[in-house]
Amino acid sequence: MEENKVIADCKLVIIGGSAGSLHALMQILPELPQIYSFAIVLVLHRKNTDEETLEELIRLKSTVNVNVVEDKVPLLPGFIYVAPSNYHLLFEKNDTLSLDTSEKVNYSRPSIDVSFESASEVYKQQLVGILLSGSNADGTQGLNMIKSFGGTIVVQDPESAEMPFMPNNAIANCNPDYVLNNQGIIEFITSINNQE
Amino acid sequence: MIEDIELETLINDVYEYYGFDFGSYSRASLKRRVNRIFKLDGFTHFHDFLSKVRYDHDYYKRIVDEITVNVTEMFRDPAFYQVVRNEILPVLGTKPFIRIWHAGCSTGEEVYSMAILLKEAGLLHKSLLYATDVNEKVLETAKKGIFPLRMMKEYSENYRDSGGQEDFTEYYIANYGIAKFNDELAQRMVFSQHNLVSDNSFNEFDLILCRNVLIYFDNDLQKRVINLFDQSLSLLGFLALGTKETLKYSIGPGKYKQLDKEKIWRKIK
Ligand SMILES: C[S@@+](CC[C@H](N)C(=O)[O-])C[C@H]1O[C@@H](n2cnc3c(N)ncnc32)[C@H](O)[C@@H]1O
Repeated sequence: MEENKVIADCKLVIIGGSAGSLHALMQILPELPQIYSFAIVLVLHRKNTDEETLEELIRLKSTVNVNVVEDKVPLLPGFIYVAPSNYHLLFEKNDTLSLDTSEKVNYSRPSIDVSFESASEVYKQQLVGILLSGSNADGTQGLNMIKSFGGTIVVQDPESAEMPFMPNNAIANCNPDYVLNNQGIIEFITSINNQE
Repeated sequence: MIEDIELETLINDVYEYYGFDFGSYSRASLKRRVNRIFKLDGFTHFHDFLSKVRYDHDYYKRIVDEITVNVTEMFRDPAFYQVVRNEILPVLGTKPFIRIWHAGCSTGEEVYSMAILLKEAGLLHKSLLYATDVNEKVLETAKKGIFPLRMMKEYSENYRDSGGQEDFTEYYIANYGIAKFNDELAQRMVFSQHNLVSDNSFNEFDLILCRNVLIYFDNDLQKRVINLFDQSLSLLGFLALGTKETLKYSIGPGKYKQLDKEKIWRKIK
């Protein structure tokens, strides 16, 4: 892995994805160790309205505990949170999550841009944004904002993505700190996990 | 983009000049909304924006309309309406008179959905639906019962998923891109402006719906509003929140009992 950025004290990793991203996640999540020092939030575009199925799937596949997202739940290190469908997911300064039913962004609710942008203002350089497979432009603008607040941005290697459009769009318009395949993403997340 | 401190200045000024208190709104969403209108209206300097809000009353109104998120749907979350249809209305139906309050009703889609359920249960004639919102503009739309025709396909699917068996198109008249809902439904509705931040209880209800409104409030304001509902709910009445909202942080255990998996609570004490 290229070592072009040192990530000190990461508080939050947000993973955004659209078409084809579930497949990538099902490879990545089971390989992650117990997470200690940060929370993981998944913002995925999905057709059906059933995040519980996805949460169930993650519970089965992963050693990281799932916390169900409701309005104003505290964001705790060591847990995975899944953005519910039909709401945008926002981050409050007091480390809680807020939901919002306002207009779709990039034809999507939840929108990855919306969550990336909201988190970037709160977590600044302690934020990592990862963008996976998809055939939509969502996520690119948000990655830029994460970067402008000093956070770290990671894009799935388009070669390894089922739908390369979304990662390609990000690479063309942002300057990602890392472009990684699934294995690389696993190693990256593991490497920023602070076990002390 | 607006800075945090500028947002606080705006909140203070709106309160000072107009008495509207956004101080307990969730900051993440509030900031997004303010940024959105700031950009939409072509401002580049915050102080220009601020003085427009201060000195132009109509612009202040526009701000309130734009900050409040009014997105809504008919039969949003069909599973929720199914529980209302099958479990709540049969209980309410035993009463001589049914009072329902939609708090934060937006453009009224939820209220018309409820009226349809009541009609199909044969209860509409003895029901009153009070529908309130802080935003005057949405109330005007709600009173008319006119919704975009292009939404009807989705709404009739929602309706069917919620257990509806009638022909949904019978409930409205389609005309030039709009769907005008039958006056019969609106006859039992009363619309008025009510601000959950500052206004008080105004009646006693058997069912209160406040869905996807609390998500815009911080914990303190959520507590105030839940307390207001508690004062406005009859014993054994029902309180319905949005699918991702909860009473958990606002009210002690034992007073309310949750139904099934849906976000509906019954006042048992
Ligand atoms: C997202 S809409 C919810 C509409 C509907 N209940 C639903 O779930 O589809 C939120 C509504 O809350 C209203 N609202 C916001 N602040 C309010 C306040 N302080 N008092 C009353 N209503 C308020 C907004 O104007 C908006 O119409």
